[in-house]
Amino acid sequence: MIQDEKKAKHTINRDKSVISVRGLKKSFEGYDVLTGVDFDLYQGENLVVLGRSGSGKSVLIKIIAGLLKADEGSVNVLGKDVTRLSQKELDQLRLKIGFSFQNSALYDSFSVRENLEFPLRRHYSHLTNSEVKKQVEFFLDAVGLSQAINQMPSELSGGQKKRIGIARTLILKPEIMLYDEPTAGLDPITCIDINNLINEVQTRFHTSSIIITHDLSCAKATGDRMLMLLEGQFRYEGSFQEVFRHTEDERVKQFYDYNFVD
Amino acid sequence: MESGYLLSKKLDKALINLYNVYKFIARFFREVFVPPFELKETIRQSYELGVRSLPLISLTGFIIGIVFTNQSRPSLADFGATSWLPSLISVAIIRALAPLITALIGSGRVASKIGAELGSMRVTEQIDALEVSAINPFKYLVVTRILATTIMIPLLSFYTAFVSLIGGFINIHQNEGTSFTTFITQVFEAVAFLDLFSIVLKSIVFGFTIGAVGCYKGYHSNKGTEGVGRAANTSVVVAMLLIFVEELLLMQIINAFRVL
Repeated sequence: MIQDEKKAKHTINRDKSVISVRGLKKSFEGYDVLTGVDFDLYQGENLVVLGRSGSGKSVLIKIIAGLLKADEGSVNVLGKDVTRLSQKELDQLRLKIGFSFQNSALYDSFSVRENLEFPLRRHYSHLTNSEVKKQVEFFLDAVGLSQAINQMPSELSGGQKKRIGIARTLILKPEIMLYDEPTAGLDPITCIDINNLINEVQTRFHTSSIIITHDLSCAKATGDRMLMLLEGQFRYEGSFQEVFRHTEDERVKQFYDYNFVD
Repeated sequence: MESGYLLSKKLDKALINLYNVYKFIARFFREVFVPPFELKETIRQSYELGVRSLPLISLTGFIIGIVFTNQSRPSLADFGATSWLPSLISVAIIRALAPLITALIGSGRVASKIGAELGSMRVTEQIDALEVSAINPFKYLVVTRILATTIMIPLLSFYTAFVSLIGGFINIHQNEGTSFTTFITQVFEAVAFLDLFSIVLKSIVFGFTIGAVGCYKGYHSNKGTEGVGRAANTSVVVAMLLIFVEELLLMQIINAFRVL
């Protein structure tokens, strides 16, 4: 059943776009994945990108994070065009972007503590050991997993891994969060926990986020605005109600019906 | 000719692969001299890849020393020349066997480990996670591992030579009653500077090959868990193949110097 979690109040500044994508195209070996994507992410907003598996949702955020190169178009992140940056400039920008991976991507040879310490020590080498320890404990507490500090990733459940992945991302204090399928493969209760965490991150750390998902309960619980990716372009935009309740498009109806298991 | 391909599908793919290998190696040399130098990680990898190989190398080297001495004895005995055994085994071990055996063990143990490790990091997006955290994954994962194997294989080769000679000495001492002092004297008389140079040169080349092949295969792994298995497997096969080819070429080059 689609959950109706109440979102805490937060401010969205619709005059300030933190990500602005125009005319984005990407294809792989002749197969067009993105055929002209345009959108803006506003400051403080949680933007949900919906679409079927293989529709190019993950490709989109990987281009935003500079992990993939666009074939055409511009990707402006915090005023800088990702497609034109040097490696050094891109690395500087990446410190302001947090990326939560679908499979958490925790470094499996490191403990939870080391996973969080690693990026912090790399980029803030002036921090003392006690400051690093304090930061690690703060962000583990923020995701509700203080007790897992000495565990190895292999000892954690899927939901715990997601949380640690988010904590590792937050420790660099990003302005933008990119969530790739945050609830994929999780049980419904853990999904609700992750949805609540995404909302908490938005209100507590004042981040702007793009949430890639095909899970409508996640979309409804976390999104301020939805974008529906169909055939490589955003065909529908609006609130959850606007996109799903009044649509005549069979593809969108089908998407809703399969998710809505009430 | 198939449409869309310059020559043929397989040949095009092979040439593209070759170009990618060239780019990979060129990137290594570009990044190895640029800070940050990742010293801590290089030492960690040297320990992981080198020191942890010691038990296997000790056992293999020791046994090969004994077996090689044992198998060489009948041929020398036919000429009443068993007293030449220390010279014969020292030349064979230092010139050829020690670097080759170390490299082959390294291929089996280290190249496969690197291939599987990096391959699994690639498919579980850990390499992407490093990249989005503004950490250069090539430098942190690839440069450190190639450096570690390039440093450790020469050291391990000397160690293999040492334990093989010990194995050889025990066998000779038991059969011919040769003393340790006589054995050592004969070993050092037989070994020239060029032989020591050859073990260093060969094992540096072999070490670089093991690291580069393992890293290349693992770093470019795809197709999920199947790809990880393939990366580990092809790392061993390709590294061993290259080591034999390199052994052949280096032997010719070093022999050319020997006659000068």
